[in-house]
Amino acid sequence: MGMRLYAVVAAGGFRRHATYRIATAAGVFTNTVFGFILAYTYTALWDERPQLGGYDLSQALTYVWLGQALLATSAMMGGGFEDELVERIRTGDVAVDLYRPVDLQLWWLAGDLGRAAFQLLARGVVPMLLGALAFPLALPGSPGVWLAFLVSVTLGVVVSFALRYLVALSAFWLMDGAGAAQIAFLAGLFFSGLLLPLTLFPGVLGEVARALPWSALLQVPADVFLGKHAGWGLVEAFAFQGGWALALLLAGRLVQSVATRRVVVQGG
Amino acid sequence: MATGTGFIELDGVEKVFEVRRRTGFLRSERREVRAVDGIGFRVERGEMVGYIGPNGAGKSTTIKMLTGILTPSGGRLRVAGIDPSRERTRLAHRIGVVFGQRTTLWWDLPLRDSYRLVHRMYRVPDARFRENLERCVELLDLGALLDVPVRQLSLGQRMRGDIAAALLHDPEVLYLDEPTIGLDVVSKAKVRGFLRDLNAERGTTVLLTTHDLTDIEQLCRRVMVIDHGRLMYDGALAGLHEVGESERTLVVDLERELPPIRLESEPSVRTVKVEGPRQWLAFPASGSAAPLVARIAAEYPLVDLSVREPDIEAVIAKMYASAEAR
Amino acid sequence: MAEVTEVSRAVEVPDAVFVERSRLVEGVRAYGLIVAMWLRSTMAYRASFAMTAFGNFAATGFDFVAILLMFAHVDELGGYTLPEIALLYGASGTAFGLADLVLGSMDRLGRRVRDGTLDTLLVRPVPVLAQVAADRFALRRLGRITQGLLVLGYGLAVLDIAWTPLKVVMIPLMLLSGAAIFGAVFVGGAAFQFFAQDAAEVQNSFTYGGNTLLQYPPTVFAKDLVRGVTFVVPLAFVNWLPTLYVLGREYPLGLPEWVAFLPPVVAGVCWGLAGAAWRAGLRSYRSTGN
Repeated sequence: MGMRLYAVVAAGGFRRHATYRIATAAGVFTNTVFGFILAYTYTALWDERPQLGGYDLSQALTYVWLGQALLATSAMMGGGFEDELVERIRTGDVAVDLYRPVDLQLWWLAGDLGRAAFQLLARGVVPMLLGALAFPLALPGSPGVWLAFLVSVTLGVVVSFALRYLVALSAFWLMDGAGAAQIAFLAGLFFSGLLLPLTLFPGVLGEVARALPWSALLQVPADVFLGKHAGWGLVEAFAFQGGWALALLLAGRLVQSVATRRVVVQGG
Repeated sequence: MATGTGFIELDGVEKVFEVRRRTGFLRSERREVRAVDGIGFRVERGEMVGYIGPNGAGKSTTIKMLTGILTPSGGRLRVAGIDPSRERTRLAHRIGVVFGQRTTLWWDLPLRDSYRLVHRMYRVPDARFRENLERCVELLDLGALLDVPVRQLSLGQRMRGDIAAALLHDPEVLYLDEPTIGLDVVSKAKVRGFLRDLNAERGTTVLLTTHDLTDIEQLCRRVMVIDHGRLMYDGALAGLHEVGESERTLVVDLERELPPIRLESEPSVRTVKVEGPRQWLAFPASGSAAPLVARIAAEYPLVDLSVREPDIEAVIAKMYASAEAR
Repeated sequence: MAEVTEVSRAVEVPDAVFVERSRLVEGVRAYGLIVAMWLRSTMAYRASFAMTAFGNFAATGFDFVAILLMFAHVDELGGYTLPEIALLYGASGTAFGLADLVLGSMDRLGRRVRDGTLDTLLVRPVPVLAQVAADRFALRRLGRITQGLLVLGYGLAVLDIAWTPLKVVMIPLMLLSGAAIFGAVFVGGAAFQFFAQDAAEVQNSFTYGGNTLLQYPPTVFAKDLVRGVTFVVPLAFVNWLPTLYVLGREYPLGLPEWVAFLPPVVAGVCWGLAGAAWRAGLRSYRSTGN
């Protein structure tokens, strides 16, 4: 019964985003434009330094287009359910949600997975195809790698969700969620590897960036796609993503229970 | 209706929209919708008119054309001698608009700040502004609210605040779109009282759309009913009953319980309900009750009787239903 | 006596108000009035303002950090050194920042059309464009301008430029014309939303995307793309051509030297087109409603 409920919620999340046809088309257009701009700058960079960061040119270009394809799916710069949850917290409607016989966190997670599935299909596939037509991309040949990539993307979405859930919960304490959302946006922009692969970050900065949860959003799935993780390495990559997902989800539950007690106290 | 030049004049005004309906994944179908289909009326300066109709009847479209938001597809339209769609900003100085569900007040700022913006934006002379503000504050009971951020106001308080904001530049005509929607009884009464005074004392022309017919009953001597983009009725509120083919009810108390009253001479009278010695008879609102009463008194043991006027809501509902059937 | 004043008032008010004023002056005045309201609103949330202003500064800063990280691995990109790219970056960033500060909320137009709040702007006696432009005016966007100016300053300080009076004039001319060109893109993009309300993101690809493109030298991009941003959406006039003139470097597409002085003209043409698009959009809205 429980699982079915969440499946329905996820399907709802999918359908809800599917209604925004024009917005989706506009998003695909923008992803494609940025894909072209970045692809040319990467070409200039890799012309100077072939094999930079352990990628050859076609792998670097693939990385660019993966970034654009996953930008909406993994909500690297935020966007998705947070605004709605923040609004419910701000208006106090969340108190009603807490009394419903569903798990608040799983409820929102299910909806967000539905959203991500839609955006992977709608905003991921087209830019990737256009990128592959215009540039020599390194697409995986084996179905196993594609499958591993999908698993990695899914784990990335869960990590992204758990991060955004924490950000949204901050609205219990900060009446205006804009500041926290802004910081999350900055971290997502920089540490996901959207601007530049994290393998190009020098020294300690690179090591820290690759250990932070945001690397699970793009860097890890991209490396899986490019075949950088195989065999035991693939297990390690999944474990890294799964570990962060678990830790952050648990942190979310902890914060939620503290916040809930606060709501109850305020209510009394 | 009225002849000569009115303050608001419409002649054969039309508004046709092209609606696209999705029929397949990429295919869609174009269809014309006549939201307003040849409407004509005059409103004199100082009148207070109710404009009613079901959702999608064309009420809002008419108001939007009167305020210059929408350009009519055909016909002639003048407000204070101005063609609204051509001289929208010039007209704006002379009209006030209140959209019931969309506040124009500044959410995070004290009410007073919103008024200051109106003052500057409409270039209202200082003394005039102060005078108008004082008046509105007094009559709409806003004194304690002026320094409260709008987000902290109740719906009723906000509506009063919005009405004041629409009046600070001395508009000659005030359009109100659902001014009492969602308000509690006390707020409704306050808003209605204020509008009545405004109209009586300042001679401001008022045109209001509403779903709450009590608004009309308490405020407007004249009412216009629109449905499917056409004006179905324009006249006194009382006359609506005749047009609406409505029925009045005669409540008759007899000496004892009897079978339903039947009058051979009055075929249009029906007995709609019997409860012990009391019977309810429906008869056309356009007809007179006197001959009917005489007949009943002659044929039945009559104790007491009363006549009930049809309730306006029922009248309008019936009117729409008959238009639908046609 | 009292009655007499009542009557005279009713007659006198309209004439006193309808002094014909230029729409431009009226628009700028209304813009100022509404901006002042937003500034006051912002001050209701001071802490949040400080945080978002810093965030705006940092977010744009990360763009440049990415460029710095690139230069940790190479000495030149597309034949340009870091200070040269800093000049391009700073010029584009500042110009874009100025346009963003003044007109950055225009992409909310589609939302206003959808929820019907545009109607409340149409019944006011001031130009709608001014009201939409001033909507949600956000001073935090100064963060982007500050960051752009800092990088521009770094480029100018480090580079060894053979200054001439014309080159000195070129810098402010470039920033203002560039801001005007980006501004026209904002207005044109908003006009497009009259027809496609959910298409705010398309505008982003020309504004934010354009800004990203202009941070890199034209030598990096394919010829067709450079042609497109020179002749179709003339972003090349924002910073590429003026900066290359100041640097004394070769223009793309073999363009003659004097084109570097065209940005004010290009900005004028862009505003003419954007204005026409805006009027067409507004006319369409007023005839179709929504």
